[in-house]
Amino acid sequence: MGKKVLVLAEVRDGELRNVSYEAIRAAKEIASDGEIVAAIVGAGVQSLAEPLIHYGADRVLVAEDEKLKNYTSDGYFQALLQIVDAEKPEGIVFGHTALGKDLSPRLAARLQAGLVSDITSLEKVGENVVFTRPIYSGKAFEKKTITDGIVFVTVRPNNIQPLEKDENRSGEVTPFSVEIKDLRTIVKEVVRKASTGVDLSEAKIIVSGGRGVKSAEGFKPLQELADVLSAAVGASRGACDANYCDYSLQIGQTGKVVTPDLYIACGISGAIQHLAGMSNSKVIVAINKDPEASIFQVADYGIVGDLFEVVPLLTEEFKKVLVKS
Amino acid sequence: MNIFVILKRTFDTEEKISINNGKISEDSAEFIINPYDEYAVEEAIVLRDQHGGEVTVVTVGSEEAEKELRTALAMGADKAVLISNEDLDSQDQFTTSSILATYFKEQEFDLILGGNVAIDNGTGQVGPRLAELLNIPYVTTITSIKIDGSTVSIDRDVEGDVEKIETSLPLLVTAQQGLNEPRYPSLPGIMKAKKKPLETLELDDLDIDEDDVEAKTKTVEVFLPPKKDAGKILSGEIASQVKELVSLLRTEAKVI
Ligand SMILES: Cc1cc2nc3c(=O)[nH]c(=O)nc-3n(C[C@H](O)[C@H](O)[C@H](O)COP(=O)(O)OP(=O)(O)OC[C@H]3O[C@@H](n4cnc5c(N)ncnc54)[C@H](O)[C@@H]3O)c2cc1C
Ligand SMILES: Cc1cc2nc3c(=O)[nH]c(=O)nc-3n(C[C@H](O)[C@H](O)[C@H](O)COP(=O)(O)OP(=O)(O)OC[C@H]3O[C@@H](n4cnc5c(N)ncnc54)[C@H](O)[C@@H]3O)c2cc1C
Repeated sequence: MGKKVLVLAEVRDGELRNVSYEAIRAAKEIASDGEIVAAIVGAGVQSLAEPLIHYGADRVLVAEDEKLKNYTSDGYFQALLQIVDAEKPEGIVFGHTALGKDLSPRLAARLQAGLVSDITSLEKVGENVVFTRPIYSGKAFEKKTITDGIVFVTVRPNNIQPLEKDENRSGEVTPFSVEIKDLRTIVKEVVRKASTGVDLSEAKIIVSGGRGVKSAEGFKPLQELADVLSAAVGASRGACDANYCDYSLQIGQTGKVVTPDLYIACGISGAIQHLAGMSNSKVIVAINKDPEASIFQVADYGIVGDLFEVVPLLTEEFKKVLVKS
Repeated sequence: MNIFVILKRTFDTEEKISINNGKISEDSAEFIINPYDEYAVEEAIVLRDQHGGEVTVVTVGSEEAEKELRTALAMGADKAVLISNEDLDSQDQFTTSSILATYFKEQEFDLILGGNVAIDNGTGQVGPRLAELLNIPYVTTITSIKIDGSTVSIDRDVEGDVEKIETSLPLLVTAQQGLNEPRYPSLPGIMKAKKKPLETLELDDLDIDEDDVEAKTKTVEVFLPPKKDAGKILSGEIASQVKELVSLLRTEAKVI
């Protein structure tokens, strides 16, 4: 028997985050032949609904209210609860993003549901769906099932392949009217940091710098390499703490968790808290002048050397070969 | 002010991890206060010193967690409570938060602090779940908190952006790195901690029926990631290493 599964689509800077499509794919597995209902919550988000259908949702609910303009746990919780009450889904999928991490446990608590957070894959085993998630800072994995009640999971961005986009798919997009009462937490201001361009958690290639880049100026060659590769620039805590770059670039347990196809670590020693945020990357390159640095233990390819010599050479070499092809 | 910290004893993930009988081996493992909970303890002590009151640290765990509670007392917390989980066959975040909620419903509290995530199981569920069960507001991943009467001003880290939030007590918050620098317990602190009250509660003492808090999720397997082949450390002239790397990324790894 198919299940009805609800997916919370996430909007950032007026665009849907890719994790929304990945969540739909996960929902599809949980639903079997059941219905996928996607929900978009916010203000002025109606126009974003269509792609969710193209990526596999059967219906989209759009819950709009001025009070939902900024994310707050109170506002979104009220909206989601009203949607859940109306739709009675048997499964729920969120992205494991700042928003999903903040909201999903509260909804699970209210629904008295088990919640498997931060899954990187899922598989059907008989009637059950088995979820895989990293534990112990990424040093191990566990497989979990939900034994009772609603199947509620959050998916780690960039791990689950979305379904093929199909622009011929059609489905209903309907407004869902919500009533949002007082918010107990008020967002007075959001101080946006400089991070421009590619969302790190969605990037296919990341060039990342650590304390080894030595200054803000030292990030320049990394940025140049990133530009040639259409990559995003990331950083270690060490580089952020030293003010070489903004905290919005931070990768790791405290910062963003990323799973790109290629991660190039420059002047990063490879502390466990950093590895927790990137060790799942498909291919890891380490450039470090210390042959003993722990980053080499997780690297697929390593160059022992001065990043200020290696990185510009890499940029030149990529320029050459990428122009040719 | 009545300030509480919910604290978890965790496996130190800087240590080597191995699996024994389908479980993460705890032999010769190092246990610590979850690092994010250390920030919570530190902040609780600072707020108490500013506003007066008492700091109580609470954990759900085994007898061994007494060690981590004593460390928090040595840092400066006033009291500790260990809720024993020895009668439980299964425990997940639903279980832990339900037990904590039952405990807190009998307490008078203004502020509960926790970590934003436990580094071993790493779900970040317990704080928000508990707040919901207690019907109080919460703010996760905070990097600053100022209390003025019943008004609370908070900086919240959202993937690197900063949200300036205003809310009120009673409140639950979870700590993000950057909130403070936790102090080390001093020698006199350690001596004093031995005499500070540490209460142990059984589930019976809280009138909790195990069946009511039975886990909703089940771990069916724990495994280590497949061992990666040792990486290739290139050698030779730097310029030729760079050429080789680019070629490997294109032809062998096929990521470019
Ligand atoms: C609770 C907690 C949470 C944390 N969360 C995170 C997190 O989310 N993310 C994170 O990154 N860290 C985190 N940390 C910090 C982490 O423990 C490390 O301190 C940090 O990752 C170190 O940054 P780094 O590798 O840039 O610096 P370092 O460890 O100082 O390493 C610098 C490296 O650069 C190399 N180097 C220097 N010069 C050159 C050169 N010219 N060319 C090539 N190589 C060079 C050196 O050999 C060295 O290996 C956390 C710590 C704690 C306690
Ligand atoms: C058979 C079995 C036995 C287990 N025994 C234990 C055990 O002895 N102790 C244990 O903690 N877990 C135990 N667990 C694991 C348990 O499922 C989770 O670790 C626990 O519920 C917390 O979830 P988490 O690690 O995802 O924490 P998160 O939700 O990531 O933790 C976030 C924050 O919540 C607070 N918090 C988390 N756990 C506790 C706690 N136990 N007490 C007080 N505050 C807490 C801390 O402030 C922490 O920083 C056991 C699991 C099984 C299957």
